[in-house]
Amino acid sequence: MAEEMRIVLRNYGKIDPLKIEDYINAGGYKSLAKARGLSQIQVIDEVKNSGLRGRGGAGFNAGMKWSFSYNTPADQKYVVCNADEGEPGTYKDRIIMENDPHTVLEGMAICGYAVGATKGYIYCRGEYPYVVDVLNKAITQAKAQGVLGDFDIEVRMGAGAYVCGEETALLESIEGHRGEPRFKPPFPGVAGLWGKPTVVNNVETFANIPIILEKGADWFKGIGAPKYPGTKVFTLTGDVVNKTVFELPTNMTIRDVVFGMGGGVAGGKKFKAVQIGGTSGGFIPESMLDTQVDFDSMNAIGATLGSGAVFVMDETTDLIDVIERITKFFEHESCGKCTPCREGTKRMHEILKKINSGKGSGADIAITERLGQVMTRACLCGLGQAAPGPVLTTLKNFRPDYNAKLG
Amino acid sequence: MADYKEIISAYKDLPGGIIEAYHAIQKEYSYIPEDAVVAAAQAFDISKARAYGVATFYSYLKVGKRGKNVIRICESAPCHVAGADKVVAALEKELGIKMGETTEDGKFTLEFTECVGQCQATPLITINSKPYGDVTTEKIPGIIAEY
Repeated sequence: MAEEMRIVLRNYGKIDPLKIEDYINAGGYKSLAKARGLSQIQVIDEVKNSGLRGRGGAGFNAGMKWSFSYNTPADQKYVVCNADEGEPGTYKDRIIMENDPHTVLEGMAICGYAVGATKGYIYCRGEYPYVVDVLNKAITQAKAQGVLGDFDIEVRMGAGAYVCGEETALLESIEGHRGEPRFKPPFPGVAGLWGKPTVVNNVETFANIPIILEKGADWFKGIGAPKYPGTKVFTLTGDVVNKTVFELPTNMTIRDVVFGMGGGVAGGKKFKAVQIGGTSGGFIPESMLDTQVDFDSMNAIGATLGSGAVFVMDETTDLIDVIERITKFFEHESCGKCTPCREGTKRMHEILKKINSGKGSGADIAITERLGQVMTRACLCGLGQAAPGPVLTTLKNFRPDYNAKLG
Repeated sequence: MADYKEIISAYKDLPGGIIEAYHAIQKEYSYIPEDAVVAAAQAFDISKARAYGVATFYSYLKVGKRGKNVIRICESAPCHVAGADKVVAALEKELGIKMGETTEDGKFTLEFTECVGQCQATPLITINSKPYGDVTTEKIPGIIAEY
């Protein structure tokens, strides 16, 4: 039976998020002081050795990311917190920021010290103006207490563009431009915000940093799956009993998440599918529920851990209808910069609409599969590359649902 | 109501501040007046095309008049399966307008949105960004009456 383990959410419900005294009394900002007593390299090595990998979806070693910025000399460097949580079904970053904003600020300040950056930005999605208020209050308190030292943090608001979750699109948006992804390389670690070395990490990644500094890399490395250690914050939605947030070690299984913590399918109905990682995640059938939720195990079954969104669908769900809706989402959110995504998402939606209305044929299925393969390989950024995922995984795992709709 | 020129000038020295300026204007007006885009272009020293390009790229920003209270209905997959279509029908009936339209008295505008990150309580709407979760047909008149 799965048991919750709160590392990121260690202060959830225990402190008043709007009182810095509460956070400090719970041991807050001690890790930042500790980090400043170490050399920059020692801090980076501690994070690197902990094995912490990015919690935004890409799963890159966080300490490694920091080392790129550290190793690039510049007159100004930046730390950016990606709080543009836009994956449908995801609300974990909101929960973290609403309940423990200072742990995010502390994580950013530790990163700032480690890489030599004096300025941080939190890019928070425009749909969360109430979270922006919490963050600004927390920053004001931290400045008044002097805990951040020479590290300055400013909140910038997104404005409803899913693509801005992609780190280079996010940087474009902070600079005041349309949120269109950049070509990589150079990566932001070397040339990011205003061309300066920039570390971009997710809210949940930063929230892990203070406790790693406090308890050490070895402690963290011992939790969860060896190659993706630590915990993951999951948010449940759809036809599940407990539509809520919880945090589990990464060696738990999908079944632990859906049927353990999630309490199973709502209304006594049977399980049909679960989509994990947000709306770009793969659709997982019952036969794969015993897969571990860590990054690599999920990839091995053609699924993703992604943002940790868990969207459960019961036996009455019309999967093809859901897939049509998802393809509409990507058509809407494609920024239009690269052709395979701009045209691909549009055509994908068109074909799925046709199939869902009962007018599709076997030829449509074949072309959908081919289009999906092209997009996965040819799109400029993660949005377009991941967009066909739900279509391709349902074609693989739920083919009878398509066949039943063909005209 | 604060003049949009004053709002813009408060942000013009902020690096990349045009989006923050647009947010501030929209908070005051509930939309971005066309002329404010031109004024922003001048203040931030960019072309009108670029200022307009930024304002129209982001779905949270709206150039041109709309209602005082903006009701947005989430249509992302979790809300979709939870019955967002019923919420749409009920709101259209209650306000006597279709999605994308504004009531005659200028009080309400109905819009679709993608996920707003409150998926523990689907289906969901927001009014001026305030979320209302687990929305049912029965709850709608009460919610509307708050405005």
